[in-house]
Amino acid sequence: MMASTSRANLVVLGSLVIAFMLTVIPLPEWLVLLRPEWVALTLIYWSMALPNRIGVGVAWTTGLFLDVLRGGLLGQQALSLCIIVYITLKLYQRIRVAPLWQQAFSILVLIMLHQLLNLWVKGITGQPPQSWTYWLPAFTSMLIWPLCFIALRELRRHFRVS
Amino acid sequence: MTLDHRQHHADTLRATLSLVMYPIQAIVGLPASTGNWLAENLSSRQTLLSHNKELRDEQLLLKIKMQKLESLEAENQRLRELLGSSFKVGEKTLIAELVAVDMDPFSQQLLLNKGSLDKVYSGQPILDANGVMGQVLDVGPVSSTAILITDPSHAIPVEVNRNGLRAIALGIGDTNQLDLPHIPNNADIKTGDLLVTSGLGGRFPAGYPVARVTAVTNNPGASFASVAAKPTAKLLSTREILLVWLEKQPEQKESPRTEGPES
Repeated sequence: MMASTSRANLVVLGSLVIAFMLTVIPLPEWLVLLRPEWVALTLIYWSMALPNRIGVGVAWTTGLFLDVLRGGLLGQQALSLCIIVYITLKLYQRIRVAPLWQQAFSILVLIMLHQLLNLWVKGITGQPPQSWTYWLPAFTSMLIWPLCFIALRELRRHFRVS
Repeated sequence: MTLDHRQHHADTLRATLSLVMYPIQAIVGLPASTGNWLAENLSSRQTLLSHNKELRDEQLLLKIKMQKLESLEAENQRLRELLGSSFKVGEKTLIAELVAVDMDPFSQQLLLNKGSLDKVYSGQPILDANGVMGQVLDVGPVSSTAILITDPSHAIPVEVNRNGLRAIALGIGDTNQLDLPHIPNNADIKTGDLLVTSGLGGRFPAGYPVARVTAVTNNPGASFASVAAKPTAKLLSTREILLVWLEKQPEQKESPRTEGPES
């Protein structure tokens, strides 16, 4: 029991580290605006797959690290990740049974909410992004969700995390 | 938490977290730095030789200019002493490298590989070979984030090199443009004017080039002219940047004339 718990933690941590790396990896200029919200996607997956283990606390900690990584206000991503993980935890039984493409729409809504919360914080601190391209990551996240889901599910099955 | 951060209570937390995150950032930056390393090590002898020659020529030119500069600097210092105002000379510098990672695409920040262990401090000016790039925002133990002068939340006090007209250059989020608000319609500013740091505010050293004016539009209905300028520093293509320590805060002594009557 102990061993499987620590292994599960390692797998979750590993996937989050990879998500962090994907978040800051340098991309060509035209791709930068299309970068999906990798960390949010990974967190949503784990909170759906292991709802009794991944909660708001994990989301908060991850969000703090993400803020440092991307150079935002400390707590801004943490807040929005907490809220979307909370919603996922409330709804996971409904989202989990839906087919992948329907899940993708829930993801669109969740990521847009995540971005909206971030936009508010940015607006309050006086530097709102001016263009509609701000919303593009929500759509790319939606498109990449099936891929992300399958990859993480394989990872979870491979390491028998449950 | 967010509000708390505006008063900078969470800086130590941020510094600690950044220490944890630095390995991730370093690994992500690794391919780029390896690529540069390979390019340096695998370049042919011919290119190295020609590059070497170019550099030697350039160094010769710079040395000649330097000789003149030193005598001018000494003269300047002497004259200033005569006037009774002290002026800092010779700031301490350190070269830092950029870590190749992408930050938030809607704010313009860089990650440097030097931190508080190298005595980097928050608010420290950073320069490249062509001009001012920005200032340090957050400092971690081994890394720090810097904000560019073109970030929408950044402003830098400048003056026109030609006539000393003071202004403030605001970033607008475009790496090729700075805005100069509040310049009267009849002010003496022209396209092509070089803007240098004025040193007011005590954060940036005075006299470093910042931008060149690209457009001055006088709108008769508005009370201010709209002036756009292009940063002289290569904000997007530099890999190495210069951190500057101000040795002495710029201070203006009382002029001798006001002291005169008392003594």
